Amino acid sequence: MLSTPLTHGLAELEAEAIYVLRECAGQFDRTALLFSGGKDSIVLAHLAQLAFRPARFPFPLLHIDTGHNFPETIAFRDAFVAKHGLNLEVRYVQDSIDHGRVREEEGENRSRNALQTVTLLDTIKELRLDAAIGGARRDEEKARAKERFLSHRDTYGQWDPKNQRPEVWTIYNGRKQPGEHFRVFPLSNWTELDIWRYIRARELEVPNLYFSHERDVVRRSGVLLAHTEFITLANGEKPEQMSVRFRTVGDATCTGAIESTATTLDEIIEEVALSRVTERSTRADDRRSESAMEDRKKQGYF
Amino acid sequence: MADERLVRISTAGSVDDGKSTLIGRLLFDSHAILDDQYAAIERSSSLTGESGVNLALLTDGLRAEREQKITIDVAYRYFATPKRRFIIADTPGHAQYTRNMVTGASRADVAVLLVDVRQGMTAQSKRHAFIASLLRVPHVVVAVNKMDLVGFDESRFQTVVAEFLAFAERLQLNDLTFIPISALEGDNIVNRSQKTPWHSGPSVLEFLENVHVSGRVNQVDFRLPIQCVIRPDHSFRGFAGQVASGKIRVGEEVMVLPSGIRTKIREIAAPEGAATIATTEQSVVVRLTDEVDLSRGDMLVRPRNPAETTTAFEAMICWMADAPLSVNAPCVLMHTTREVTAQIRQVLYRLNVETASREDDALIGLNDIARVVVTTAKPIFADPYERNRATGSFVLVDPHSNQVLAAGMITRTSTTLLDAPTLGGRVVWLTGLSGAGKSTLSDAVASALRAAHIPVLQLDGDTLRAGLNADLGFSPEGRTENIRRAAEIAQIASSQGLIVLCSFISPEQAQRDNARRIIGADFLEVHVKCDVDTCAARDPKGLYAQAKSGDVTNFTGITASYEEPANADLIIDTSSLTQSEAAQALLDAVRKR
Ligand SMILES: Nc1nc2c(ncn2[C@@H]2O[C@H](COP(=O)(O)OP(=O)(O)O)[C@@H](O)[C@H]2O)c(=O)[nH]1
Repeated sequence: MLSTPLTHGLAELEAEAIYVLRECAGQFDRTALLFSGGKDSIVLAHLAQLAFRPARFPFPLLHIDTGHNFPETIAFRDAFVAKHGLNLEVRYVQDSIDHGRVREEEGENRSRNALQTVTLLDTIKELRLDAAIGGARRDEEKARAKERFLSHRDTYGQWDPKNQRPEVWTIYNGRKQPGEHFRVFPLSNWTELDIWRYIRARELEVPNLYFSHERDVVRRSGVLLAHTEFITLANGEKPEQMSVRFRTVGDATCTGAIESTATTLDEIIEEVALSRVTERSTRADDRRSESAMEDRKKQGYF
Repeated sequence: MADERLVRISTAGSVDDGKSTLIGRLLFDSHAILDDQYAAIERSSSLTGESGVNLALLTDGLRAEREQKITIDVAYRYFATPKRRFIIADTPGHAQYTRNMVTGASRADVAVLLVDVRQGMTAQSKRHAFIASLLRVPHVVVAVNKMDLVGFDESRFQTVVAEFLAFAERLQLNDLTFIPISALEGDNIVNRSQKTPWHSGPSVLEFLENVHVSGRVNQVDFRLPIQCVIRPDHSFRGFAGQVASGKIRVGEEVMVLPSGIRTKIREIAAPEGAATIATTEQSVVVRLTDEVDLSRGDMLVRPRNPAETTTAFEAMICWMADAPLSVNAPCVLMHTTREVTAQIRQVLYRLNVETASREDDALIGLNDIARVVVTTAKPIFADPYERNRATGSFVLVDPHSNQVLAAGMITRTSTTLLDAPTLGGRVVWLTGLSGAGKSTLSDAVASALRAAHIPVLQLDGDTLRAGLNADLGFSPEGRTENIRRAAEIAQIASSQGLIVLCSFISPEQAQRDNARRIIGADFLEVHVKCDVDTCAARDPKGLYAQAKSGDVTNFTGITASYEEPANADLIIDTSSLTQSEAAQALLDAVRKR
């Protein structure tokens, strides 16, 4: 079933991630695996399958849908779930808006990205989750560089970066009070390149948004946004057709594309290895301020 | 590329030694800093009015840190060269953040310690070296920084090297490498610098690319702590876990801890699929040939090479909580995949990490390092940390707040405390002047033994004379009879399995010989030695003063003589040992018998 042997480095990362996933099964009662249909969550779901084989992995997938996803991602997500016989829960930011839990942002740069936090925290309460496994990596962003594998959240779902639990050796302390929960990040030590090389070695399928394709895009403050129904053109903005691919496939209103001709995994890997900008440079949401990510995370963002 | 390994590095330096600059430099020169990150720090550098680009900004992650310009938590950085992949645990240098350095060093293959050539070894540098040694980081690089500011003068470098080596003598650092660098200007970071022709060693990156990195794991002793049981249906029962150390093959015999049941490995599933061998740090699922009941927290080992099953052990701990250590407070001990209730029963001593010396102060607070005795309500399966990082390490957690209290490294799995019950009863006879420290020693040893659930009886002159021997005086006959009765009681108690600690001045050899005759083989004559002037100065009961003034007569050392034991089994000199050293010496002697 599994083709290419992994390099030492990847094999170590894989073993580490599986260890962390099994700790979830060992230490938590109600866990969900956050699944967006993006490359990191695909790798994560695959690792979860390996960790508990031949049993099914003992947690459902959970997707917080901003309603602004690329249709390709959603189609991929549903096909993935069907193919692997998984259990998927979806919760919608639209519902949070309809129930008055959050207010939609205004303006042409509006995004539902930050609003997801409320929907996520509400869902954690609703499903009485004590752990939510996510695919975040420490190399993505500098606030994430300080994350733990098991990251404690208080009863308000908040992260306190100055009072994190020390994580010594591989002893992960998942003990908690009622109402508190953990975010668990098995891919903490992976880099973008590791993800792609792993996808290639394990022959995992990913949405075709990651491969180069022709698309109408809008250039907005240095970011190439896909021209979708979710964005409103500002004065003077004109969509142009370009050969692009996406390095992340989050909310379409803030996920930028890059110009690329990479149509195979090998080409993507070569491109990522040579890339001179980080993958989050394509994220409009992180450009809002120097500490945009840290501020979102404190409130309970992924 | 097929062999590219992950190398885990921890870094430490005092504030302003240039650690962030060094890391920034490594990332920059290995092209791990990308254009947008560079642009961001360029922006920040100009905002704060700095000249040039401050590479240190790259690694200072959180807002509070950016504001205070200090690193306050462990942050992880990634970079790769064609040969290897590196994970840097960037830990701050402040005294109050020792716990962060312990965290970073706990998984490191290499510790890189920054020293400013102009400052030499500071208290902080000593702390860092000490922690690297305590956590047994396999390789230590001392990067002597800011060489540009001393004109790349070799003698200045050698001075720091000599200072470091003098301190390191007291430590256990296996592989120590010194490199003169300028983090700011990039000398000896990636390439060897032209400016240090006298340096024949590698650059920092050369060292990191070539260092041998399997040292952190034990490849010999097979230990598989079970994480969870995998049971898709009745026909399949697999045990999942990451091999903590050693290896095992299909068909080999294994033993289950704690049950001791033996069976064989029937099947091994690795992530790739079925395997014939499971090796260190692999995450696997094993099936056994017999239907054995195993659950999370149990361990598979080889029958002839098991981990020690223990409920009482000694450990070095780093205290990580704000509240000080409280002896006997129940806490949760997390060890491999096992969680048990535990107590710290005794603080043996605190280690002053700046002098690497022992201190008797029993109050242990945040960032202190101490040697302690821990007991657990249920057994754990452990090895000394020195031999096996994975099964020698543990974490103590507060059962109410769930905060981590301490990180611990097991120094002795089967201590005095553990062996003693199997030894049966015995009598420890402490003889010596009043004020020599017999009762203090007796109390310390008794509480250590009781902590390990070993029954103890303490006897001393004051207690016996208050009741049982109230009819006796201090004449030579009265004293001899006092000792005879004590010896008879001790004999009865030790024959029933108790460790009897007798504290009697017993000034005459004949009295002690009589006691030895009554008690028999299990008699340990211990001379608690201290010169009479020191005892008189201590004078805990005010008796020396009374003897000198004549209010007390026949007082040993003043108005009556003391015959030093001619053939004591053990001499403990309390004028030169600390209380805990004295207690440890006696515990060791009790165990050996
Ligand atoms: N001249 C000189 N200055 C240095 C060197 N390394 C670091 N510095 C400076 O020392 C100061 C503190 O450096 P930084 O990396 O922030 O120290 P940290 O607190 O250890 O992270 C900064 O002003 C650096 O530019 C060096 O090799 N030579």
